[in-house]
Amino acid sequence: MRDAAEFPPKTRGLTAIAGAISLIAVLLMVQMWLLTATLESYLKDDRQAALPAAIVSGAIFLICVGLYMFVERVDSEVR
Amino acid sequence: MNWLRRAESEPLWKDEFSVHAADERYVTRRQLAKFLVLTSLGMFVGNAWLLVRSLFHREPRFPEMPVMRAGDIPVGGVKLFGYPTDEDRCILVRTAEDSYVAYSQKCTHLSCAVYYAKDRDRFECPCHEGVFAIDGSVVQGPPSRPLPRIILDNRHGVLVAVSVKA
Repeated sequence: MRDAAEFPPKTRGLTAIAGAISLIAVLLMVQMWLLTATLESYLKDDRQAALPAAIVSGAIFLICVGLYMFVERVDSEVR
Repeated sequence: MNWLRRAESEPLWKDEFSVHAADERYVTRRQLAKFLVLTSLGMFVGNAWLLVRSLFHREPRFPEMPVMRAGDIPVGGVKLFGYPTDEDRCILVRTAEDSYVAYSQKCTHLSCAVYYAKDRDRFECPCHEGVFAIDGSVVQGPPSRPLPRIILDNRHGVLVAVSVKA
């Protein structure tokens, strides 16, 4: 098995970016599910879920921003 | 100036086209990441909007409206009416000699009008075969929420709609 350092920096950068984008996509799906579930409970007149859902959604957004900054950094380093 | 170029060099159009294929892949991935993060922001804004709506929610005030006289319809009979406005169609069912229930007639799936199936003692939606029990809860089909219930008050033999409970 080849060591990661053997691959050229551009290839490693592309792999890291693809991984980060995949993680963002998965988080986005969780966020979509969260929004639909919260909307369903809101329409059922159950408003207790709104606060925890908003907190979790905000945390996921911050993680996505962090991953995007990681993508930007890797991109500028290997370019 | 083609005669100055070496035969093994890249074609002229590649020189003139300023974006290299490898760089273009980077740009596209960055743009995709940016788009995904903006979508994530949209989801968060949606959740925050629901939170604000929940925090500032006030119980709506419903008017009191006489629907009909108790006993006007037989057991198993149905009366359609509008509440709180005439556009909000509702269905009232006499379930027993002295028992009445009323619900919004809008299916909670896609707002088709539900009807009372007397032989099965339940509400059915003809559009997507959603079924609600006589207490308004979902029995089967795509609806995920029960029918909004119209609270009735029997005042000296007159059934009066007083509020809506989602």
